[in-house]
Amino acid sequence: METNLCVAGFGGQGVMTLGKFLASATCDSTDKNVTFFPSYGAEQRGGTANCFVVISDDMIGAPLGDVMDDLIVMNGASLHKFLPTVKEGGRLFINSSIVDEKEIDRKDIQVVSAPVTELALEMGNAKVLNVIMLGVYIGYTEVIDPEIVWNTVEHKLSKKPKLLPLNKQAFEKGLEIGRSFR
Amino acid sequence: MARTFMKGSEAVAEAAVRAGCRFFAGYPITPQNEVPEYFARRLPEVDGVFVQGESEVASINMVYGAASAGVRSMTSSSSPGVSLKSEGISYCAAARIPMVYCNFQRGGPGVGAIQPAQQDYLQATKASGNGGFEMMVLAPSTVQEAVDLTYKAFDLADRDRNPVLLLADGVIATVMEPVELPEMKSDEEVQKIRDSKYSWACVGHKLDYANRSWIQPGQWDTVKMQKENEIAEELYKSWEKDVMVEEYEVDDAEIVIASYGISARIAKSAVEILRKEGIKVGLIRPITVHPFPYKSFENLDYSRVKTILDVEMSIPAQMIQDVELGVKGRCPIETCLVSGGNIISREAIIDKVRALVGKEA
Amino acid sequence: MEQLLYKRTDYIQEDKVSGFCPGCMHSTAMKVIGESLEELGLVDKSVSVLGIGCCGLHMDYMAADTTTAPHGRACAVATGIKRVSPDSLVYTYQGDGDLASIGLAETMSAANRGENFTVIFINNGIYGMTGGQMAPTTLVGMKATTAPNGRNPEEHGYPMHVCETLDKLTAPHFLVRTSLNTPGNVLKTKKYIKQAFQYQMEGKGFSMIEIMTSCPTNWGLNSIKALDYLEDSMIKEFPLGVVRDLG
Repeated sequence: METNLCVAGFGGQGVMTLGKFLASATCDSTDKNVTFFPSYGAEQRGGTANCFVVISDDMIGAPLGDVMDDLIVMNGASLHKFLPTVKEGGRLFINSSIVDEKEIDRKDIQVVSAPVTELALEMGNAKVLNVIMLGVYIGYTEVIDPEIVWNTVEHKLSKKPKLLPLNKQAFEKGLEIGRSFR
Repeated sequence: MARTFMKGSEAVAEAAVRAGCRFFAGYPITPQNEVPEYFARRLPEVDGVFVQGESEVASINMVYGAASAGVRSMTSSSSPGVSLKSEGISYCAAARIPMVYCNFQRGGPGVGAIQPAQQDYLQATKASGNGGFEMMVLAPSTVQEAVDLTYKAFDLADRDRNPVLLLADGVIATVMEPVELPEMKSDEEVQKIRDSKYSWACVGHKLDYANRSWIQPGQWDTVKMQKENEIAEELYKSWEKDVMVEEYEVDDAEIVIASYGISARIAKSAVEILRKEGIKVGLIRPITVHPFPYKSFENLDYSRVKTILDVEMSIPAQMIQDVELGVKGRCPIETCLVSGGNIISREAIIDKVRALVGKEA
Repeated sequence: MEQLLYKRTDYIQEDKVSGFCPGCMHSTAMKVIGESLEELGLVDKSVSVLGIGCCGLHMDYMAADTTTAPHGRACAVATGIKRVSPDSLVYTYQGDGDLASIGLAETMSAANRGENFTVIFINNGIYGMTGGQMAPTTLVGMKATTAPNGRNPEEHGYPMHVCETLDKLTAPHFLVRTSLNTPGNVLKTKKYIKQAFQYQMEGKGFSMIEIMTSCPTNWGLNSIKALDYLEDSMIKEFPLGVVRDLG
């Protein structure tokens, strides 16, 4: 069993962090193989950012597949770029705050939408949109145990304990939305 | 053993530290900037020295100096930067200085592309500088293998008093995956390694012409120079025993993929998928690309093997020249290639193999 | 009664015969370095890094530890050696082409980092071993095989003053220009070299002794006339003295 995920969005939306949290959690707490591969460009800031996470029970060949099981898009440009890579029956997660659902021109995939930009602003910190989305993804796919993922987030933020309650709230909210789509 | 989730470039640096590397000099170049950055943080913790050189040229020569003084030393770069280092690498080879360097290959030629590639194969294996010297060239296909080979590279370099090249690529540099790190050599072990080089290392010997340390990257006397070249050739020939190769599903294969490094890893997963379709395909993956596992190709049963498929991230293909030397014209060699910073696609390999089988049928 | 008045330095292997041209000052320079090391008791701690060109000829004469750097890279090689062997006495020995042309980046950067080693810079205004090509320090009007009509500032710029250039940096500790053209200057040069080595052993950082020398062969002059040219033209362009001494 192998899951190929692509996470894509603007630079600054925490796309890489989302992927890294998921991949680290898998490494730390399961026997599965996992790769995190950031696509990199010349720009240090701005532009688009995307990364690939592969989780597998077996050896991982390509750290970025040509065909995605799952795709998380945080902005419109990423939807257009990566939607064609999602396999038939694949799963698409969109930040519906800024990605227009009507632009999804495929009927053969499952769509989970969450207005993570707005939700993050409501929580008082725009930066947690990626943690909400991580929760959405985990809540819907259960690719790994939510508790394991949260432990990793908690560990990564251990130097900034003040941020923990907010991130916990964000993650829980995401899980709730993800589960509601099941 | 505990798994650590690490980026390839950082894992390579940590493996080097654990192998006893106590000097690193390097210059920034994408996609391996995390290597010097990691050493800059890590080496002071173990009483090692990190220097950001003013150029790749200076960095390799700092390594030449530190390694001449008996310390396990390393530098790292990516394709255009490695070209700049070729002067110093040649000097290390001439003076028989053990050191390890990495090339996290990116697209080329010229400034090329900062994304992953395998376009320095011939430079790495045939001529990394002037003068016809040779080095062992190790080509990892996963972060774990990059760690294991880095650790081993220092032993090989010291054993032979010769540079060793880790030929990786931009994927290995930037991908994160779980690794098991090798044992950390103790301060005593590190000191012992340095002490073992005392007889030849430039550390300040008692004044004595015959027994001084004389690091010689050349000879005034052409007879002596030829002798040095002959001694070096003996060393190069002895590497036959050090060949490392992975042969995967080759025994009954009718199509054999030849591929190394990151593209071999992707090709291996293609083999798995194709095998499930009943297609008899295998993989020969050189782990040492120099010395090259010619025997793996020489020993194939060509009454069974119909085609060799050379898979590389280089256009034109480069490793194919070594594959040809092993195959010796006994079957056709096809290619599946990308270049310029594009990563080989598993689906493209699968399609190519299917097409080859279709042709035969 | 016998009294020892002079003894050749043991730093130079006794059965070696100098292969330098008549009138060349390389052998004097190395004699002075050897004597300085001996008098300071540092011979057994010394590691030299020789540049490419006539400087490299010393490798076969000296009895102490030595390396040869790629052309221009002596300061980088010395950086590597000194950083891992802080107790060694490390010096580079480089000509003007090596240090100021192909190796300018390495020289400037090592000086700017304040690396704790000593640079002995042999400046004779021309490439020696390769046969008289123009150097960064070639005087205006001075003929070279690659400037057959003499150095022309409009085309080639002006002689490069390395000591003064390095003096613009903050880190260097000791910068001196001296010569070997008179017995008095030979003694002064030795005094400066000893001072530089002492500073290094005290960990004070980068020092450079620029030594103005002649190259009779490539200047096309006999030894005596070369001495005159050194005094009347070279030293006029490159005045002797302490450029910086932070003490």
